[in-house]
This record gives sequence, structure tokens and C-alpha cells, in this order.
Amino acid sequence: MTPPRGVAVLPPFETHSAQARAIADLFTQTLIVCGIILLVVTFLVTYCVVRFREKDPKKEPVQTAGHTRLEITWTLIPVLIVAGLTLLTARTMASSDPPADREPDITVIGHQWWWEVRYRSGAVTANEIHMPVGRDVLVALESADVIHDFWVPQLGRKIDVTPGYPTHVWLEADAAGTYLGTCAEFCGAQHAWMRLLVVAQSPEEFAAWDQHEREPAPNPTDPEAAKGARLFVDMTCAQCHAIRRPGVTITQPNSGPDLTHVAERTTLGAGVLDNDEKNLWRWLKDPQGIKPGSHMPSVQLSDKKATDLVTYFETLR
Amino acid sequence: MSTTASPELEPAGPETPALPAHAPEAHAPTTAAPGALYSWFTTVDHKKIGTLYLLTAVLFFAVGGIEALVIRLQLARPNNTLVSPDTFNQLFTMHGTTMIFLVVMPALSGFANYLVPLMIGARDMAFPRLNAFAYWTLPLGGFLLHFSVLAGGAPSAGWFSYAPLSETAYSSTMGTDYWILAVIVLGIGSVSTALNIIATVITLRAPGLTMQRLPLFVWMTFVTQILVILALPVLNASLAMLLIDRQLDAHFFTGGTGGGNAVLWEHFFWAFGHPEVYILALPAFGMISEIIPVYSRKPIFGYEFVAASTVAIAILSFGVWAHHMFAVGMGHTTDLFFAAGSMLIAVPTGVKVFNWVATMWGGSLRFTTAMMFAVAFLLEFVVGGLSGITFAAAPIDWQVTDTYYLVAHFHYVAVGGVAFAMLGATYHWFPKMTGRLLSEKLGRANFWLMIVGFNMTFFVQHFLGIMGMPRRVFTYPDLPGWGALNLVSTVGAFIMGFALLLFLVNIAVSLRSGQVAGDNPWDAWTLEWATTSPPPEHNFFEVPPVHGRRPLYDLAHAPAAPPPAEGPLVPAAAEGGAPAAEHTGRLDKLDKFRVMMWGFIASETSFFGVLILSFGFYNARLEGGPTAASSLDVGKTAAFTVCLFASSLTLHQAEKHLEHGKGAASVRWLLVTVILGLVFLVGQAHEYIGLFDSGISVATNLFTTSFFTLTGFHGLHVTIGLVALTIILGLASQRRQPGSPGSKGDTGEHPQLVPLKTIGLYWHFVDVVWLVVFTIVYLRAK
Repeated sequence: MTPPRGVAVLPPFETHSAQARAIADLFTQTLIVCGIILLVVTFLVTYCVVRFREKDPKKEPVQTAGHTRLEITWTLIPVLIVAGLTLLTARTMASSDPPADREPDITVIGHQWWWEVRYRSGAVTANEIHMPVGRDVLVALESADVIHDFWVPQLGRKIDVTPGYPTHVWLEADAAGTYLGTCAEFCGAQHAWMRLLVVAQSPEEFAAWDQHEREPAPNPTDPEAAKGARLFVDMTCAQCHAIRRPGVTITQPNSGPDLTHVAERTTLGAGVLDNDEKNLWRWLKDPQGIKPGSHMPSVQLSDKKATDLVTYFETLR
Repeated sequence: MSTTASPELEPAGPETPALPAHAPEAHAPTTAAPGALYSWFTTVDHKKIGTLYLLTAVLFFAVGGIEALVIRLQLARPNNTLVSPDTFNQLFTMHGTTMIFLVVMPALSGFANYLVPLMIGARDMAFPRLNAFAYWTLPLGGFLLHFSVLAGGAPSAGWFSYAPLSETAYSSTMGTDYWILAVIVLGIGSVSTALNIIATVITLRAPGLTMQRLPLFVWMTFVTQILVILALPVLNASLAMLLIDRQLDAHFFTGGTGGGNAVLWEHFFWAFGHPEVYILALPAFGMISEIIPVYSRKPIFGYEFVAASTVAIAILSFGVWAHHMFAVGMGHTTDLFFAAGSMLIAVPTGVKVFNWVATMWGGSLRFTTAMMFAVAFLLEFVVGGLSGITFAAAPIDWQVTDTYYLVAHFHYVAVGGVAFAMLGATYHWFPKMTGRLLSEKLGRANFWLMIVGFNMTFFVQHFLGIMGMPRRVFTYPDLPGWGALNLVSTVGAFIMGFALLLFLVNIAVSLRSGQVAGDNPWDAWTLEWATTSPPPEHNFFEVPPVHGRRPLYDLAHAPAAPPPAEGPLVPAAAEGGAPAAEHTGRLDKLDKFRVMMWGFIASETSFFGVLILSFGFYNARLEGGPTAASSLDVGKTAAFTVCLFASSLTLHQAEKHLEHGKGAASVRWLLVTVILGLVFLVGQAHEYIGLFDSGISVATNLFTTSFFTLTGFHGLHVTIGLVALTIILGLASQRRQPGSPGSKGDTGEHPQLVPLKTIGLYWHFVDVVWLVVFTIVYLRAK
């Protein structure tokens, strides 16, 4: 995937939500405290190394065995520091991770190795979350298989996605833009390519997107695209992938990503490829070559069939 | 800085006798005589076993290191294709498992094995044959783990093998099964060594060596072994449950399907895993606590505080495990509890750091390579510890856990901390083990290259994590800076590899032609330096008197006064335990077998505790299928339960009669005990068969799985106990002529009395476990 322009270099510090900011503040404060401690210890060690080098092997240094008051001091001071940090921690936990207090706006289901995204409004997509700027979005998280982890560092904490153990996270973006995310719990062969994007848009743009996503894809009119649409069923792609079309019932909707509006997405294969015609063609020809171990088999697609499928998919906007 | 080997300790005055002159040939470093290779396979000598551990650790270090270098090569550029994703996942799984279980733990066992008996003035470990057994579990475990490569592929679910990824549905090769078996075997070895060290330290200290005078390496190793006997069984129980899932279609951890709970694996694993990191760290702290004082020519500052902080760390280490689970989403109350504990555990560690610095303060520092590694340890470990503090603040963890920031943290504490300590320990104690000094010139090159290589590899990883790079990824997108920093890290890794190669070259060269070390080249003060380098097989010709924490220092600085009444030189403590001298307390008189058995009971309590917890957890949440109430016959089980409890009473009678020399009566009671035990087993088998006949198997539901697991392991323990009791029965029922081997010795005690009482303790424990199991499973059945 090509990184979007202006991508953040230090995402947990280039925050765009109140939750992420709370964590960044705690991080900064803790790093400062730790930095001071490191400086003190480094100074003391360096001082000893320089000042107390052996000068006269015959002279034995004073054999000081201890000093109880010193011991108590350097036990108590760290306890106080630690108590202070714990207080800061408690406060930040509350401000960076609010409880879920309503029905979720989005349900995200982690699969090996893609993200299923289902909106309460009925929109369904994959690997890409759109949301309106300035509004809190409650995301419910479930896993279809193994433990994954949902992490969009510029917008907040990471949260595990564990089968049988539903969790939630609040997403909120204070500025429009594309925020990078990724799976952050080792989940098997293609954990590295289980990335996701969060696209924050103006409320109007989001409403339009949401409306559009809910609509089924138009039936293809172009004859090549129509061929592609038939191939989609004949080559058994429809067994795993849903394309919502008028007059078509979905039976096995979510072994693989919903493809109803696939041409609009930024990446393919949860981030392994940029989404354009050439890459889509390569992906259809040989998904195992591009993302080995992924659950999409490489079927024997001729070049022509692949082209027809691409033509069809490009209509799925 | 002194590089010359100092002569044997010079006595302070004419009245203080010198240590006896040693046989001249004992000065020359011994090399293996021809035909001695066999002796290495059959040895029960702690020094040879310690050496075997260290050599094996070095071998696996090379394997794990090469795995790391391939990982780094793959990650050097974005979108790299050096190895496939699956190969990469096997590599990092093997790298982590190897480094922890086949390198660091064995190396620390090696140092402990070699040094603990010497440092306490003992002739060997309490149980030399158990010692050898424990060592040989290491090559077996290493073999099992690596055999997986030939049997379908190495494990690839990570070294902590989270479920359900590690279940058969998602890890279909046998790799995970070999991983489970290997780690179980290695865990058995670790617990065996731990029992041995605990028994040795408690019962075989030289006269005058009270627990308060223990060298800190011995004390910290001792505390570590207590952690081992409590934590490793938790892992073994969890591994057994995962194996049952995988091989018998059960659902302990399958994450929702069949009632399984993936988070429970995480709890169990980290309940082992967190104490494990202190198992790795505490002996390293012990090494530093020996090295820094010697090369500062001052005693350790605040001995009591360093010792006490060790206990604090050990206790606290059992209460912080879920800081590895902050991202799970267990709720703020839980997270805060573990955050607070994790912050708190930094305090005793900090106390140690301050005491080490205070030891150097005002000292006369000699910068041998050992000291350089120890000083570097201080700084590197503090960096790692401080990044650990950032993780303890849970919200920070919510951002950077599972990223390269975490990888940086644990490598700073494990490599910058533990590995640096072991390198320093090698430079410090190699002369004692081999009779030759390591080259200081090569040592310096080794050291500086390590500093450059290590920090280059891992410091940049802090940044990579904060830049968003997750861990355990076989590649990454070409985001700004990711490729460059990964490349720096890779180059650093190769520099580190080269530094470690120099370390091995130093060892090889110095073994052949290093400067002869003499008994005490560093002017150190603990008992291992009071004998030749290397020590004779029996360790000491004479153990110096011990009146303080630094026996050799005290000897060298003794006032010109008449020697103490009992004579200044005391023979080395015999294996049975020396007569108690001044300041030694009750502890010295304890029977080593009882100590070992109580330790074993503690480890078994941990093991059964996990299985009992598991039973309780799953049975509180059953969703249909057989239950205890519906499928178990309490009456029948009560009947053979009574037999088992009765067998404890009859065994007690057997012990009593044997104590009073009534061998024949004792044998009769013992026979009844064995029969009662067999009745129990037959009863249990009958119960199992009944259940199988009614269609109930291990995999039916989580009641049946946890039931069979818990009662099955208990039945296994009963069986093992019966085998042991039968052996004792057989030995006791043979008539013995006075004076023949095995007949009553000087103590007038029957030769089977100690074994009977020891196994008796085990047997009573097995009954107590059944009491708990019967109550929870049968009596409180719903």
C-alpha cells in the first residue's frame, strides 16, 4: 500500500481525538519522569566510573556496609513517584476509554486477515471505516476466529478482538483525514497485512457515503461487465463474497469481504495492495502469490476472465 | 586495573595459619583426559553438570541467534521476500522459545549448578543424580522442539501460543504439539533443579554460613527456585490442557466454541509468564551483586535491603501478570489493580539499583571486562525497567503494547540486563571454572562491540513502536522512516552477532592459552575462591571458617589473635550435613529429603491448583450436556475414597513401626496401603469405564473435559505413588545382614525409613488433593 499523503510519523502523539490526547499527555508526563530518573542514574553511574577509578591498588576503600536512612529515602521517594503515576494512570483510563453507553454505531468483526465493518444503518464494507468528523462513534468488536486487535493510534487505544469476549472502543476524529490502523495481535500467517483505514469526513459527506453504501450495486449494463458478473457466480466467488444486487439473495455473506462497493476502497487485501485496476487484476489472478496463506484460493483464472471480472468490479462504486 | 592473577590469599599475620598448600597438579588447569568423554555423559558432579548446561546454552544461543538474524534480514527492507510469512512466524516463535527455555534458563541453571555448592562450602548438590536427570531433560526438550521442523513445521503461534490460534483449527501442523511436549519436559527439568537447589541451600551450608550470610547470588538463586516451583507447574498444567484440546478435541481454550475461553489461556500463561521474567532476572541480579562489590573492593551496600527487596519482588511477581493483558479489555478496575502492582514492583528493583551504585560509590573500581559488563548492565537494565514503567501505566500500554516499543523493552531487560550479567559472570567465574583468565583484550573488543551492536539493534525499536509498527509482522508498508530504522536495527544485530562470536573465540582461545588464574585472581571473598581453579572434584580441601558474609576477606583481615577454640579449619561439609556450629539455626538440621518433598508438594499444589480452578471456572458456566450431578455416582466414589484415606492411616502405621525397628509389621502395613491404593485406582477405572459406556468422553462438554483432566492427573499421581511404595515394600521386605549394603547403619535407622517417610509425605499430599477434588467435584455437584 502507498502511505497517504501527510501520514503521521508518531501516531500516538499526532492525536486527533480527546481519548488519544489523554493517552499522549500521560505518555509525555511518564516519559519525562522516567527521563529524569534515567538521567539521575546515568549521572551517578558515570560519576562513580570517573571519580572512583582505582588509583592506588594498595589502598583499600572504606568498607561501608550500608546506611538505613538512605535506604528508606530511596525506597519512599520511588513509592511516592509510583503513587503519583498510578493516580495519573487512573485518571487517564477514565478519560481515554469511556464506557459503552448505547447501542454500537458500528460492529467490527475481525477475521483472518480482514476487517468486516457493519453499520447500524445497514451499510456493510471491509477494511475501511468511514465516520463523521467531530462525532463519537461507538464500535463493538467481535472475532470470527482468533484473537485480533483493533488499533488506530491517532484516534485512541488499541483493544483486543477476542472470540467469545466482545469489547468496544470509541472512535472520534477532530479533523477530516485518513487515519491508519492495523491489527495488533498476532493472528497467524498474514497478521502483517490486516491493516485498516479510518476515513473521517464532514457529516454531510459521511451521510452521503453511508447512504450510498446501503444501496445495492447496480446490475451491470456493459456486456464485458455482465460477463464478469456471471463469472463471479460461476467461479464460486459468491460462495464467500457478497455483492448486494437487486434481485439477488445473499446466502453466505461473510467468509470474505463484502464487495458491493469494492471499487471505492483505498486498498485491497486489507492493505497489501493499492486498489486500482492493475492490482485488482493481479489479485484475482493469484491471491496466494500476493498474500500467501490468506483464505482466498488461487483459482485458474484465464487472463480474459480476470479482465472481465475487473471490468465488473470497477462498476461496483 | 589489575590484570595479573593474584597469588593465594596472603594471611594477615603469623598467627593466622595459611590455607594448606595444594597439590601442585591442582594448579594447572585441567583439560579433559582422553576417555573422559564418557564421564561427561555419566557425571553427577555439579561442576560438570553446570558446564554441560552452559555449553548446551551456548549451542542453542547460536541457533536462536541465527533465527534472530534471519528475522532481522527479512525486516531490513519493507515488503521484503527473503522468507515466507509462515517461515517468518516459525522463526520468531522458535527464537523466543529457544532464547527463554533453551538458553537463558539453562545458562542460569548452569551458573547456579556450578557456583551454589561452592559458594556455600558444600561438596555437591543435595541430590546429584536428580541433578543429572534435570540436565538431560534439556537436550531432550531441545530435540523435541526442533524435531517439529522435520515433522510438518516448527510451531508458529508465538512463544506464548495464544489460543485459539494455537488450537488445531488454526495451527494444524504438529509444531504446536512438539512445542507443548518440549516445554513440559523442560519445565520438569527446571522444577527438579529448583528442588535440588532449595534442598542444597537449606541443608548443606558450611558451619557458620547462616542464611543471613549467604552470598547474594546464592540468596537470589534460592528465591528464584521458589518462584520456579510455583510458576512452572502453572505452565505445565496449561500446556496439558492445550494438548488435551488439540489431541482429544476438547474446548478448554477454543474461544467461544464449545464453551472454551481464550482469555483463560492468557491468564494461566501470564500467571506463569510474569514470574518467569523474574526467574530470568533475579539470578542475574545475584551475579551483579557479586561482581560489583569485588571490583569496587567494597562490600555490597545494604545487603539486607538487597536481600529483602528480592523477596518483595518474588511476592509481587505473582500479582502483576495481567499487565500483559491490558489490551484485552477486562475493565478498568482490573486494569488499575494490575497497573498499580506493576508500578509498585519497580520499587524493590530500584532499591537494588541504588544499592549497586552505592557499592561503587567511594570504592576503588577496577574495570575488568566483568566489571564493564556489570556497569553496562546497570544502565541498560534501567532503560528497560523504565520503559517497563511506561507500560505499567495502562493507557500507555493501550497504545504501545504489541508494537516494537514492547520488543525494545523486553530486549533491554533480557539482553541488556540478563545477558550482559551472564557475560560479566562468565568473565568473572571462567577463571574459577577453567583455571585460566579470559583475554582482557578480546574482552574489551567483545564488550564495546556488544554495546554498539545491542543498542543499535534495540534502541531504534522504541521509535519504530511509537511510529506504529506492530510486532510479529513478517513485513511492513513503506511508511516514512520504517525502512531506515529497520535497516539500522538489522545492521546492529549483525554487529551484536559478531560481538558474541568474539566472546566464543575468547573462550576457545583462553581455554588453550589463557593466563593461569590461580585460586583467587580477583581478590574476591566468597567461598568458591577458597579452592583451586578449577576446584578438585570434592570442591574443597578445607573449607575456611565462616564468621561473616565475606569469609576470605575476614581471613585476610583477621586480627593477630589466637585462633578460635574449635580450630580455624573445618573439613568440607559432608553430604549428610555437617554438625551445627555457632549462629546456625534449626534450618541446618532439616532432612534434605523432607525439604525436597515439601518443595515438590508446593509445586504440585500449583499444578493441581490450576486444574481445580479450571474445573470450578468451567462448571460455573456450563451450557448443557452432562454435569457432575447427572453423571457421577457419589456413593461408589465415596467408597473407594474411604479406601484412599484409609491408606494414609495404614501408611502412617507403617512409618511408625519402621521408626521403632519393627520391619516385619511395617511391611504388612505397607502392603495394606498398597492394596488400598490399588482399590482406589480400580474404583476410578471402573468409574471411567462406566462413563465411557454411557457415551461420555473427554470431549463431550467442559464438565467432562475438566473432570477427566483433574481426576486423571490425580489418578496418575496415585499410580506413581503406588509404584514408589511398591519399590519400598520390596526393598523393606528383603532380610538384611548387619553390615551389608542397605542394612542399618550407624544411626540404627532402617535404611528404608527416610524413603518411606519421604514418599509417605507425597502420599498424604495426594490424599489431601483428593479430599479437595472429591469435595468440589462430587460433594458440591450441581
